[in-house]
Amino acid sequence: MERVAVIGVGMTQFARERPAETAADLVFEACTRALEDARLSIEDVDVVITGSNDFFDGRTISSMAVMDACGSYDKNVSTVEGDGTFGAAHALMRVLAGWGTVLYCAHHKGSESVMPLITNAMFDPIFERFLGIEAVTSAALQARAYMDRWGLDEETLALVSVKNHGNAFRNPVAQLPLETTVEDVMGSPYIADPLKRLDCAPVTDGAAAVILADREHARSAGSRAVRVRGVGYSCDAFHLGDRDLADPSALRDAAARAYRGAAIDDPARQIDLAEVSEVFGYMELMWCEGLGLCGPGEAGEMTASGRTARDGDIPVNVSGGCLSANPVLVSGLNRVIECVLQVRGEAGEHQVEGVRTAVAQGFNGPCGQSQCVWVLGGEE
Amino acid sequence: MTEDWRDSQEILVMDGRIKVPYAWSAGEVGTTYLESLRDAERFLGTRCPVCGIVYHLPRMHCPDCFEACPEWVELESTGTLVTWTIARRPHPALSPLAPPFGFGVIRLDGADTGFLHLLYGFGVGSLRSGMRVEAVFARERTGSILDVSHFRPSREVV
Amino acid sequence: MVGVGMTVQRSSRRDVTGVELINEAVRAALSDAAMTRKDIDAVVIGNMDHFEGINYVDTWSVDGSGALGKPVMKMTTGGTTGTTVAMGAYYHVASGMFDRVLAIGWEKNSESDTTGAIITAFDPFWDRPTFGGAVAGLALEATQYMAETGASEEDAAYVAVRDRKNALNNPYAHLRMELTIQAIMETPYLAWPVKLGDMCPRTDGACALVFASEDVADDFPNPPAWVRGLADRHLWAYTSDPYVNQKVKGGTWFPAMEMATRELYDRVGITDPLEQFDVAELYLPYSFAGLRYMESLGFCERGGGPELVRSGATDMGGKCPVNPSGGVLSSNAIGATGLLRVAEAALQMQGRAGDRQVQGASLALATGFGGCYWSDEIVLGSEMPDVGRG
Repeated sequence: MERVAVIGVGMTQFARERPAETAADLVFEACTRALEDARLSIEDVDVVITGSNDFFDGRTISSMAVMDACGSYDKNVSTVEGDGTFGAAHALMRVLAGWGTVLYCAHHKGSESVMPLITNAMFDPIFERFLGIEAVTSAALQARAYMDRWGLDEETLALVSVKNHGNAFRNPVAQLPLETTVEDVMGSPYIADPLKRLDCAPVTDGAAAVILADREHARSAGSRAVRVRGVGYSCDAFHLGDRDLADPSALRDAAARAYRGAAIDDPARQIDLAEVSEVFGYMELMWCEGLGLCGPGEAGEMTASGRTARDGDIPVNVSGGCLSANPVLVSGLNRVIECVLQVRGEAGEHQVEGVRTAVAQGFNGPCGQSQCVWVLGGEE
Repeated sequence: MTEDWRDSQEILVMDGRIKVPYAWSAGEVGTTYLESLRDAERFLGTRCPVCGIVYHLPRMHCPDCFEACPEWVELESTGTLVTWTIARRPHPALSPLAPPFGFGVIRLDGADTGFLHLLYGFGVGSLRSGMRVEAVFARERTGSILDVSHFRPSREVV
Repeated sequence: MVGVGMTVQRSSRRDVTGVELINEAVRAALSDAAMTRKDIDAVVIGNMDHFEGINYVDTWSVDGSGALGKPVMKMTTGGTTGTTVAMGAYYHVASGMFDRVLAIGWEKNSESDTTGAIITAFDPFWDRPTFGGAVAGLALEATQYMAETGASEEDAAYVAVRDRKNALNNPYAHLRMELTIQAIMETPYLAWPVKLGDMCPRTDGACALVFASEDVADDFPNPPAWVRGLADRHLWAYTSDPYVNQKVKGGTWFPAMEMATRELYDRVGITDPLEQFDVAELYLPYSFAGLRYMESLGFCERGGGPELVRSGATDMGGKCPVNPSGGVLSSNAIGATGLLRVAEAALQMQGRAGDRQVQGASLALATGFGGCYWSDEIVLGSEMPDVGRG
């Protein structure tokens, strides 16, 4: 892959609700921070890509709401409706096609809508939607399938929630730092067996932005430019019954595509840190396996042994992950940004020493149907 | 520092709702399938002539081979529970049954793929992946997926 | 572009679901390019979420789109969705990441209340309570345009007559009819000065295009149609923005189109579009657009739209025929509409447009319109362009 770097990142504070700011206000805040971080002004940006979703925003052509705020005036602009990892992937394509500097931003105001009604609309209107299935109940079907496949118990799944909520204390933009124990998670009420309240990500308001640049335009950022080494994405079947829900096959494929570009053949050894989209605790385990950070069925043991903790040999979600802030669509972009900060050595209190290569993951659709992987930093 | 007027402001929030009615066509394949549920209490799948997979839910074309699947296959009303959950706190607008009810991916006998449906009439703690389940048809059927009321643990004698 | 697939455009396609409709266009495109599903490297798909009430169309439509086990991305920007998808697919290839990319646009407008959904495109506080939907919104532009230029309703009707007559040559078009200006004038007003006959229909339909890289473009049975350049602007966010720009800032009503046009023409080397383009497939959502957009696209001076159109220069056989396919006034499955403009322009460049072919055409302009006076513009050619960005 030609040399493209992330030269600026910006995140807003993430919170359960930010009623004083509209989605456009949040986007303006995130874009301004990314520009400041890159030491650029909006005039230096050639192309803008935005990320939004008409359902979550309660607005047809949801991108229209942020066209002012993202700074796209008199620029080429487009919109990817989907997770931030996908939107940023399209920004990457624009750079690779010859545009020097591309800004991508995404926003989410979870406080303004009713999540189950919206995620119910992911499902087929003829055969599935009237059954009442939505994001949490479908994820529960996947969690059960995964536990059954590998003989895992709910306590093992709970370890992810304990770890990530604890990590969030060191991340100033996280929404939900919590001192919690496996007993607390196990004692929280069932939403959909085996998922309990503390296994599930919160509802969040916030926005984030990144600026990507080609080699020439990244030069001004100096050592703070973090190289994009590989990006890959891939999609599984739609109907839940067509899929092997316990097997993260689409993620494995997406990772293989990203690793090919990044010349990574032994991810467990070559990747220093991972940020994954664990909207539910069990997902972190499945996504670690899909990313090849451990073998199939080994993620529970890897987590229980502390290897994915902040001081472990492959820290996962030291930012607190999606369990500590889940602005849908922005969530995957946050994973990319956290990897950038870690590679730069600028992650502040949650910095992990010596991160050279980091991997970020995001997804679209029910139960991680469509997966995207970014490899950032380091040299091959 | 002078006081910022925003500090003492209570933000106004306007409630709204997207009010768009929908009329989703089931298409020819979906209509054949739903009519069979409604009129004959019979599940139908389609077989891909290339890979041989019997799809349930039925498909006009195989999503992998991209070939037309004109052959209908009659399926049993019994099957295997692939995975399950119990919806404890469903949104009221998303509750076809009184909670707690379950969701399951069920592979019907005669089909190669599973499908999503409701679980009801089971004892607490009795659901297991791999268990046998059977369809309970709704008394009043209108040509919808809810013509199958739900699935329950099978009463079949082995 | 090496493969084109489109469904017949109809007011209602109850015989298929959305996924099956998508599949129909995809299989047509694959067949046209003599490809199988396995040959596709990535898929880009778009529609408008609230027109079918489908969230995550990219993941929902995998059975039909062919994206199973492949990269798929959803891109949507309202009316410009189809052109956005085309541009998105182009960049998938131009990035060097993929060699063969499928672009899909579709809509089943029969499944919902189109105007009810469009009203929700605008700001819930400032615009939505008073916005009248697409028809009333466009009527504001028409009123302003008539006041500015002295154009008449009959001038606009000429465009509607032209496009629907052209549609008689297009077996895929929805409204195919020989009409008179008088007949358009006699249709009822929807929002003065816009009449039923001035507006596009609501349509069910899908379109799929195969984009290929230079490296593999010769591997297909049909000659490629080349992307020569592309540019877009999505400026406005509020219904009052065009008015403010014109009356308060001294600008024009539709600067997005003028800005995109300037960039595009600079890149491609267009100085006299009427002479240089052999054919144009323009997203004209209503008849008055066929007057003003000619001005914004530089085909004539400001206010010269009626004279240009009435001269016959945009008719079949004229200097630069506009919408040989019948355009949006004849078929408007919104998510497919912009992509159909690109597809029709591609067929013209390939010399495969059948009865609607403009003989010898080698340079074409395709546009997308949407959002709040947004503009996407693509130039296609029968010859490969010089290497350049964009």
